[in-house]
Amino acid sequence: MAHPTLTDASTAPWDAAESLPRGADERVDHLVVLGLVPDGARVLDIGCGDGSLLALLRDRRNIDGRGIELSREGVNACLARGLPVIQGDADTDLANYPDDAFDVVVLSQTIQATRNPRIVLEHLLRIGKQVIISFPNFGHWRVRTELAFRGRMPMTEIMPETWYETPNIHHCTIRDFVGLCRTVGANIEKATALDGRGKPMRYSMPWWFWNLVGAQGVFLLRRGPAKPL
Amino acid sequence: MAELAPGAAPERAMDTTLTPDAETGLRDEAKPSRRDYDALPASDPKSPVALFGTDEPLSMDCGITLAPFRVAYQTVGTLNAERSNAVLICHALTGDQHFAHTHPVTGKAGWWETLVGPGKPIDTNRYFVICSNVIGSCMGSTGPASLDPSTGRPYGLDFPLVTIRDMVRAQSMLLDRLGIRDLFLCIGGSMGGMQVLQWASLFPERVFAAMPIATGARHSAQNIAFHEVGRQAIMADPAWADGRYLEEGTRPAKGLGVARMGAHITYLSEPALHRKFGRRLQNRAAPTFSFNADFQIESYLRHQGLSFVERFDANAYLYLTRAMDYFDLAEDHGGVLANAFRGSKTRFCVISFTSDWLFPTADSRAIVHALNAVAAPVAFVEVESDKGHDAFLLDEPAMFSAAQGFIDAAARARGL
Repeated sequence: MAHPTLTDASTAPWDAAESLPRGADERVDHLVVLGLVPDGARVLDIGCGDGSLLALLRDRRNIDGRGIELSREGVNACLARGLPVIQGDADTDLANYPDDAFDVVVLSQTIQATRNPRIVLEHLLRIGKQVIISFPNFGHWRVRTELAFRGRMPMTEIMPETWYETPNIHHCTIRDFVGLCRTVGANIEKATALDGRGKPMRYSMPWWFWNLVGAQGVFLLRRGPAKPL
Repeated sequence: MAELAPGAAPERAMDTTLTPDAETGLRDEAKPSRRDYDALPASDPKSPVALFGTDEPLSMDCGITLAPFRVAYQTVGTLNAERSNAVLICHALTGDQHFAHTHPVTGKAGWWETLVGPGKPIDTNRYFVICSNVIGSCMGSTGPASLDPSTGRPYGLDFPLVTIRDMVRAQSMLLDRLGIRDLFLCIGGSMGGMQVLQWASLFPERVFAAMPIATGARHSAQNIAFHEVGRQAIMADPAWADGRYLEEGTRPAKGLGVARMGAHITYLSEPALHRKFGRRLQNRAAPTFSFNADFQIESYLRHQGLSFVERFDANAYLYLTRAMDYFDLAEDHGGVLANAFRGSKTRFCVISFTSDWLFPTADSRAIVHALNAVAAPVAFVEVESDKGHDAFLLDEPAMFSAAQGFIDAAARARGL
């Protein structure tokens, strides 16, 4: 199959995000999401932590936001921000949402920690009109180098745990993820890679290049037959 | 299902000093005089009472219109000029309206003073807090221990079967009487949580925020089974006299005490029982080779049974347990719980406790999933606790912080 190229930087939504005034505690990857979410959208953030992304989207985009978070500390922080967040996880709490319940569903750095990434992704595509998903790229050159030359399971900035402590049980590369999108019939509307500091890499390149130099993949998906790119 | 804090809180009940009663078990009650009957809390609740005459009957699910009837209640705080800061607390099975007031029978502190008060999550400096005794209970609202105006004697089993929805209807009539259009917050645990769910379903436009705690949208078969054991214990007591014990001058203290002992076990957890009592003996070095209360846990349970019969009416216990058994919010909506909340604008915060096996977290998750299905704004927290079902009445900082966050944010959203 022909490798599709990633979105051209000149049309990338993250351009808009970059130009917004930034608060001191705002994360770059959150600003990337901010650039993808339309005003007034209904948004579900799965693995929403302390609710900082939802609060950002509420304040800047006037969204109707919901969250799912595993830790009680995270849920309590969300409650204090006035965010409706339930204690739960992606594997067990998605099945009950109706189809098209949200305009945008966000799954940030979590799919690799789910028990069944395929079923989770299918639920995301079912309950969200659009899906924003990011994950650490196991095809990154540093990961490959660790494995190839040191013979050790890699540890990086965004994968800092040892193999026996990491919650990440289903690592994948950017190319692997593109394959899963094809399998479940997800249409890749936009995609990019972020560098080790979470900044978008602003070049138009073929997949193999991103799969080598991107520390994270970020995808904007929509269900439906994959369009030829 | 759960309990008034003073009697139920294992922390406070740790003083299991052996009393003659606790040693020998539950005793028969002396016959009360007529004056005793007039002094029953059912007749004299020591709190404000709203009277509803024959022009304002209560339409009950069983088909009967109850009139006249009365609702005993307590309030703390001040209703603001916009009448937008009202909080309704719904009490549990054997609770009452004295949530923040010294109890007129036991003399103990209000049962939810852990959560409600100046500077507490339900801040009585900010909110006007109301709690009414449910219909069918025995602390001043009309129930089986009240006098039937058509006969001049206590209703007993002539009182119509009460449902959770009947309780909520009576509460809504009380709010009408108090001039409160809608509630800022409706909150309660256990049977109180059932009322909160019923409120949100029956009067969604009257509930801005709802907190059902340690509860379920229906009573499980296991829970019905425990209730039935309690009811059979009461009815097996000869002093129950087919429910006419008030006229007979007796009280089914043994039966009610046993019902209470059994139920109390369901409010706790095995780890909590083990931690507090273990197999320790009660004020003795060795077993006595008798059926006396050798073990601390036996003494504790007998104490719970004895103190309960001092303050609660046996027939009311039958009626309220039945109301919980009948509760099934999904069944009322075509078998689909989500339909109970369709179109709701209410903000929900659902709380469960890890060691609650009476209303386990799965029950709360079912509520959350139903609310998700209709895209209602819902928060959910499972609090880590080994205190069992009664945890919602106890000092649980994790519950308080969740409640504080939710209530404060809701108040901001309502402009309070």
